[in-house]
Amino acid sequence: MTTPEERIAALLRALPAPPQGWAEAAKELPVARRELDTIVERIERDAQFRALVQADLEEALRGEGVEPTPAVVALLRQRLAR
Amino acid sequence: MDADASDAALVARCLANEPGAWDALVDRYARYVYAIAARVYRLEPSDAEDVFQDVFARVFERLDTLRDAASLRPWIAQTTRRCAVDALRRSGRETLVDALPDGPDDGLAELDEAMTVHAALAGLSPDCREILDRFFAKDESYRTIGAELDLPAGTIASRIARCLARLRDVLEPDAVSRAGKKSDRPRVG
Repeated sequence: MTTPEERIAALLRALPAPPQGWAEAAKELPVARRELDTIVERIERDAQFRALVQADLEEALRGEGVEPTPAVVALLRQRLAR
Repeated sequence: MDADASDAALVARCLANEPGAWDALVDRYARYVYAIAARVYRLEPSDAEDVFQDVFARVFERLDTLRDAASLRPWIAQTTRRCAVDALRRSGRETLVDALPDGPDDGLAELDEAMTVHAALAGLSPDCREILDRFFAKDESYRTIGAELDLPAGTIASRIARCLARLRDVLEPDAVSRAGKKSDRPRVG
């Protein structure tokens, strides 16, 4: 038998904060989308660059001066999948 | 406003590119997505981070395809589950899903309940919100909380108890009063 307060406490514990920086990175997605616009356009018209991206997406981003954080990589993958 | 109506309004604000709307969506669901990845599916930290970012990238890119804006939470839950199972498959740990003691569905049901309790924190004072969040969600010690909030460590326990009682009052009284019997676990939502 648990008290209501104990049950509420357990539910509060069930939603810990994610590690520092994760949510902040996700909040940057609107900015990242604008940065990726030119890269996505280039992928669409430049077969050589497209092959480079397919071979090593993170290296291709670095080559374009974009830091391949997990958030940016995930967003680019999503955009290419659409 | 109930959670579904609140989510529908938030989705509408995001689709209208209203400043701050996307940040609010991330704030509302960051803990939920993280808990599904790290607690329900028990992903390693690096896999959990990939899943976390992948889920928000998908939500960001596909929000306009959500047919019923009030279904944001189940949509995010389903997206996170798929990403988590893919991560387990990639790491060769897919059998872990079947081995979970309560199963993913029970874990998700508890997180849905936890989201309701977390949302009810908005009905408390900022001081209560902070002390409960620091102690229960961030797992900070009395000493750390006392130092950060400039409070004697000896008063932290009583403040937590008082704030929990207030939170209980904010939640539906009938549901909370039935708390405790495992077979009759409160649907605080």
